Amino acid sequence: MTKEYKTITEISGPLVFVEKTEPVGYGELVEIRTASGEVKRGQVLDTSDEIVVVQVFEGTGGLSKDSSVRFTGDVIKMPLSPSIIGRVLSGSGRPRDGGPPIVPEVEREIIGAAINPASREKPRAFIQTGISTIDGTNTLVRGQKLPIFSGAGLPHNDVALQIARQAKVLGEAEQFAVVFCAMGITNEEAQHFMADFERTGALERAVIFLNLADDPAVERLLTPKLGLTTAEYLAFDLDMHVLVIYTDMTNYCESLRQMGAAREEVPGRRGYPGYMYTDLATNYERAGIIKGKKGSITQFPILTMPGDDITHPIPDLSGYITEGQLIVSRELHRKGIYPPIDIRPSLSRLMNSGIGAGHTREDHRAVSDQLYAYYAEGCDLRGLAAIVGKEALSERDKLILEFADQFERRFVNQGRDEDRSIIETLTIGWELLSMLPETMLTRIDDKYIKKYHPKYAGTAKKE
Amino acid sequence: MEVGRVKRVAGPVVQAVGLKASMYDLVLVGEEGLMSEVIGISGDKHIIQVYEDTSGIKPGEPVKETGGPLVAQLGPGILTQIYDGVQRPLPLLAERSGDFISRGLFVDGVDHKKKWEFQPLVKKGDTVKPGQPIGVVQEQLLIKHKIMVPPKHKGGVVKEIYSGNFTVEETVCVLEDGSQLTMLQKWPVRQARPVVRKLPPTIPLRTGQRVIDGFFPLAKGGTAAIPGGFGTGKTVMQQTLSKWSDVDIVIYVGCGERGNEMADLLHEFPELVDPRTNRPLLERSIVYANTSNMPVAAREASIYTGMTTAEYYRDMGYDVLMTADSTSRWAEAMRELASRLEEMPGEEGYPAYLAARLADFYERAGRAEILAGGEGSVAVVGAVSPPGGDFTEPVTQNTLRIVKVFWALDSRLTQRRHFPSINWLDSYSLYEKDLESWYAENVAPDWNQLKRRAMAILQENAELEEIVMLVGSDALPEDQQLTLEVARMIINFWLAQSAFHPVDTFCPYKKQYDLLKAILTYRDYAFEALHRGVAVDQIKSVPSKDALAKLKMVEDYEPELKKVMDQMKAEFEALK
Ligand SMILES: Nc1ncnc2c1ncn2[C@@H]1O[C@H](COP(=O)(O)OP(=O)(O)OP(=O)(O)O)[C@@H](O)[C@H]1O
Ligand SMILES: [Mg+2]
Repeated sequence: MTKEYKTITEISGPLVFVEKTEPVGYGELVEIRTASGEVKRGQVLDTSDEIVVVQVFEGTGGLSKDSSVRFTGDVIKMPLSPSIIGRVLSGSGRPRDGGPPIVPEVEREIIGAAINPASREKPRAFIQTGISTIDGTNTLVRGQKLPIFSGAGLPHNDVALQIARQAKVLGEAEQFAVVFCAMGITNEEAQHFMADFERTGALERAVIFLNLADDPAVERLLTPKLGLTTAEYLAFDLDMHVLVIYTDMTNYCESLRQMGAAREEVPGRRGYPGYMYTDLATNYERAGIIKGKKGSITQFPILTMPGDDITHPIPDLSGYITEGQLIVSRELHRKGIYPPIDIRPSLSRLMNSGIGAGHTREDHRAVSDQLYAYYAEGCDLRGLAAIVGKEALSERDKLILEFADQFERRFVNQGRDEDRSIIETLTIGWELLSMLPETMLTRIDDKYIKKYHPKYAGTAKKE
Repeated sequence: MEVGRVKRVAGPVVQAVGLKASMYDLVLVGEEGLMSEVIGISGDKHIIQVYEDTSGIKPGEPVKETGGPLVAQLGPGILTQIYDGVQRPLPLLAERSGDFISRGLFVDGVDHKKKWEFQPLVKKGDTVKPGQPIGVVQEQLLIKHKIMVPPKHKGGVVKEIYSGNFTVEETVCVLEDGSQLTMLQKWPVRQARPVVRKLPPTIPLRTGQRVIDGFFPLAKGGTAAIPGGFGTGKTVMQQTLSKWSDVDIVIYVGCGERGNEMADLLHEFPELVDPRTNRPLLERSIVYANTSNMPVAAREASIYTGMTTAEYYRDMGYDVLMTADSTSRWAEAMRELASRLEEMPGEEGYPAYLAARLADFYERAGRAEILAGGEGSVAVVGAVSPPGGDFTEPVTQNTLRIVKVFWALDSRLTQRRHFPSINWLDSYSLYEKDLESWYAENVAPDWNQLKRRAMAILQENAELEEIVMLVGSDALPEDQQLTLEVARMIINFWLAQSAFHPVDTFCPYKKQYDLLKAILTYRDYAFEALHRGVAVDQIKSVPSKDALAKLKMVEDYEPELKKVMDQMKAEFEALK
């Protein structure tokens, strides 16, 4: 039996210091009972002969030096069984939907061991999201982690929801299961997600973890770990394809910073802990596919860039770990374009393995590259046109400027419920490219021009 | 050997008492005996970094000494392997513990059971010295693994030498003094393996990448850094270099980066074929994969483990390329561990010894006269991941003080999908001069001049672009408009090179030369026509010009090129 201690010497922010204990293991789960009988959970951060430091997830409010501390001798685990599907849980994994506790079939450590790189399968199944700026120019594949970098007040949640609704792998009937983790978002935002999940029936194949803005901040450090442990169970035990959406990673990182400050650590860049890269990686890297297993984990973390600054440590370190990023642009949003995804700084690093003959279409890479090149050039020319006036531009430049405008209006812009097939997306791409003389299509092989350029439509033999 | 006890555990760092171990000695922590290394000694306390997750370790658990530092095992069978940062073969870990890496597993870096055919190179009575090959094993179809007298062994007269099939632990040679030599060496990873002397880098390391070979070349045994913000192309470039460089052995160290990237590499290397040998790339490669979510202490060690294997093949007389992706994650691992030691931090929280560690690492590269006689080389390409893409940060700055080649990745080029996004004005190679005579002899006598002309055009282009931003291009004099056009051709037709295009991913020297020469020939025709009074717009719209754009994508480009150039000549002659 594990002993209970009443030897708390100090409580400081989220940390509790306990002395005169038997040896306690690093990372152990701790239960602290308040005078009123409430039990709060925590984890050992530092253990030595003299003192044990515990980080309390559910807030230290109500704790006093008389509270009794029990070290469980075990690390934190998530109870799992198929009946978890459809449940709404708190940010620390307790039922939040009035339902019974999860009766576990298995319990898994929430600090997941790393997937052996040699056991990973290369992700390459094209996911059609129905959104042209993703499918056409920043293609997503199953097993990828692709965050949305956004800003306060932008429609990133709508984009995430549209992806969750429309995502499918062509030729497969199975729908994605969704694990949704909210960290510090407002009740209203959470309702927006829940309503959409209910409307589309997604809730029946979802597991929801909610830590809202008024829930304890330290609990947020637990939420993605619980969600990802659940996702691994669904994917690798129950053979499901799982989409994990978590929002907002910025709140998670703020909690990390608070913890660092409470522990009086030497801060890294802009006050965030030096180990934030590693910590984020232990979440983001829990995406992928394992050889010989049927399921997969695809991640969509959402984060709001403080001050719209992409060099801020939160988006910066995220971008260094994830396999690309989708940038939601305030400028496009102001122009009334939805989804306001700016393709220029956006990127999908796994695009190449998911496109081309056998996946989407043979001309996909070339079309995408050519669209990028002229859209980027067009955006640069806008700056010039603003200075010297449109008239001073050469004919070529005027054409590219017009191309960029049309690109935003026809390719980027689409309805919130518009689900474009990849062929529709590529067709719009070709229509836009046909605004330019054929000799300007320098990035496209002639054989594709002959086959797909609208000018030759009907003349090429169909395969 | 002493057994101490754990006193304190905080993350990957453990304090222990009751040990006599020296700095960098390997110790085994806890009941499970987790692989660890002493990284500090203060008073009666040993400070230890643990290569595995420390969850559950309690004060009071044992800490066992092993009596020596972390070593790499060196012998036949390390090629084609995929290791973690402390040289444990990942496929074997998967066999033992499944798809997720569990703790406390010991696996030898070299298979101790497999038999290899040892062919002696010396005979009874011969005197052998340190580093000298005593025999050879055909490790891969095209790679002979030389079995050498270990560098720290004093050598001696051969008393017995065997031939036949042996495991790496069995004796293959006995010396007069009774010492027995096997095919297995163990070398402390943090120590450079000795050479006779370093040699100047005068031979280019051909990469098949036009912007590199043409403008900012690397030499055999050279050092290069490739800094850039996220998504600017560091990993793609390192993988491309690993694929196409004309070296014998490639060591790819994935240090704190992505699991899916490693999966991609492990998927491609067995399938892709080395253009020089027609054998799968994997046969000449060793991969270290210590991804960002694997333990930081093993990440810190991975760079040294990788370097030790690189030096080992150099000692056999091979040209080796080691790529490290990313050295910033390595530096961060140092920072993370140092902060747990409560050391006084230097700049941006990095330990004060950051610069020294970087210098020591790159210093292990080089072309050298090896102990066995003859030459070998280790070239190093280190990716750097500066926070916010800002090159003024300590890891980039300290690296640039040491390396000789700087490939500056530019996110503005990335946004335009110009790849490789190497900025042609900021980058440099200090080997360029040393390699010129080789190029003149082996590529073309006028190759160096052509490159200089192209670079001058790009520089002029940068100045003109500033003016264009103010007044628009039509306001420029006609000759300057032409210069802009030629620069655009150099940038788009020649510098831009897709790593994913089946043909263009690798461009031989001859093709690099021919394509650039064609562009500059257009320039000469164009200026000549301009002086004749032909209008700029007409010059810019000769059809053969755009035909040049696609030649890089053609494998057998020469007949096509000839056609295009003949056409160009005719088109210009027809211009009035
Ligand atoms: N030479 C190239 N040819 C074609 N595409 C490229 C090339 N280099 C980079 N890219 C594109 O850029 C993307 C990002 O490149 P890469 O993964 O190498 O970036 P990185 O600098 O390693 O980023 P990080 O620091 O986040 O790891 C690739 O997925 C690819 O789409
Ligand atoms: Mg990379």
